[in-house]
Amino acid sequence: MPHNGAVSADLADDTGTPAPAAPPRARRRGLTSIEALALLLVFGLTARPGLTDLFAAPVAQAWSARFVAVCVQAFPFLVLGVALSAAISAFVPADFFHKAVPKRTALAVPVAGVAGAVLPACECASVPVAGALVRRGVAPAAAFTFMLASPAINPIVVVSTFVAFPGNPEMVAARVSASLLAAVTIGWLWAKLGKTEWLRLPQHRHHEDGRWAAFWDAIRHDFLHAGGYLVIGAAIAASLNTLVPETWLAPIADDPVLGVLALAVLAVLVSICSESDAFVAASLTQFSPTAKLAFMVVGPFIDVKLAAMQAGTFGRRFAARFAPAAFIAAVAAAVLMGAVWL
Amino acid sequence: MRRDAQAVVLLLVGGGMLRLAWTGDYLDYVKPYAFWLIVPAGILLVAVAAITGVQAWRGSRETDDGHGHGEPKVAWLLLAPVVGMLLVAPDALGSYEAERTGTVLGAEESRSSYPELPDDVDPVPLTLLDYAARAIFDEGQTLEGHRIQLRGFILYDGDEPQLARMVVSCCAADARPVKIGFDGEVPADLEPDQWVEVVGEYSPRQGRDEINGELVPYIEVESITAIEAPDNEYQ
Repeated sequence: MPHNGAVSADLADDTGTPAPAAPPRARRRGLTSIEALALLLVFGLTARPGLTDLFAAPVAQAWSARFVAVCVQAFPFLVLGVALSAAISAFVPADFFHKAVPKRTALAVPVAGVAGAVLPACECASVPVAGALVRRGVAPAAAFTFMLASPAINPIVVVSTFVAFPGNPEMVAARVSASLLAAVTIGWLWAKLGKTEWLRLPQHRHHEDGRWAAFWDAIRHDFLHAGGYLVIGAAIAASLNTLVPETWLAPIADDPVLGVLALAVLAVLVSICSESDAFVAASLTQFSPTAKLAFMVVGPFIDVKLAAMQAGTFGRRFAARFAPAAFIAAVAAAVLMGAVWL
Repeated sequence: MRRDAQAVVLLLVGGGMLRLAWTGDYLDYVKPYAFWLIVPAGILLVAVAAITGVQAWRGSRETDDGHGHGEPKVAWLLLAPVVGMLLVAPDALGSYEAERTGTVLGAEESRSSYPELPDDVDPVPLTLLDYAARAIFDEGQTLEGHRIQLRGFILYDGDEPQLARMVVSCCAADARPVKIGFDGEVPADLEPDQWVEVVGEYSPRQGRDEINGELVPYIEVESITAIEAPDNEYQ
């Protein structure tokens, strides 16, 4: 590690230079969070040699590399998502969605599914955007369909799937149709069975200071909130990727039914970003095409990182019901479209 | 969590990302194009931190943050990736991972023809994935008659040293190795994770990766030279 020596100096630099971060006056109320933070930082700097030793073991190195990798890859998309969601909250007039979204939920759901194609980002961005839509009065059923469809059918994902399966455009068609089908099914299912009391949306304050203040406030709040849950998901995904040996997969791959289920479960566990899961699916060569399709349809719908973020955005009671429903719908749609296309 | 602590956390996350971009260490975790995602996101987070800090400094906090309990405690967890990025700074994945993961070839599989290698370059530098695909799916037809140069790190499959490189499609969490065996005389003192430049010729010999049963191509070794690890260790 060539940068070791410089890191602590840089860290001190990071915290020290920009003036606004370290306000001098703190109001007394026991151990305030700024003091707790300062203590943690001092501890982090003094314990650094110990940390380096602790993380010198190859397993720990591999774990932390994966953990940091998931975070560094996902944060920009999360920032994009919370910025979009904050812009929707702050700048889009409330009646816009009443006009733009069809009145009847049964019709709004498929429209929202197709509209998902316009947000060219992965699932980390679509969760906060869906939260903002619900808060803005869009029917939850339509917002959830948008949330599920967008990371699966947007142009970036379609192109990367096309590249990952060269000479195999049926795979792209199967992926898009299966994802749309499952997303619309979930939307209709929510319209029939969903209860609003399962939802616990974090409230945003109304701002007298104007729209920009509301915008920055929403970004700060949503990033801190969803980011914290993203970290939980990243830690779980890194643990599973590092600790579950790949040799467990080989005997399962030969069975057509088990193969589909195994890759569907794998997609939940490894939490790969939807923009790249096609490449990973393509490299799982022992498995059947339908199993690979299931991997790509389930991943953007539900995985450990997403479940944590959905619990944070919509509440735990919602997540506990939504996650299994999304999983079953995704697997069923993948099997169906696999039979049609592959 | 109070406003001023929030500002510090946001600054640390944003600053940590900008630092990875500045030092180039981000290449240990994500693809090169991610630079253009990390930098704007980092700048935006630092801006949010600055605005939050100014608000806190002016004391313009609305009492108790609106709804009693302030911001979610879960935000403290954002310090974990900060510790990871700035203090632990793990290296790129290497032989430890590669020895536990099956070799990849999948994505290159169904290409129907491979372009001829240039005749005026000797040896011809190839990526490990390209060499493996040409050797296995094209039976080495385009490799015959050329000296090939490969760069990767060393790993051990049992007692047998192999050349490997991690292939990353999105971020290091999905890294998978592509492995190539050595045919012929190999120095006995190859250390795992040592980066080497191998010059050699196509060998028809093939083995199997025990982990996932994929084919592993071989190269007839002419020379193996130790080199520095490249900036981007992934492919």
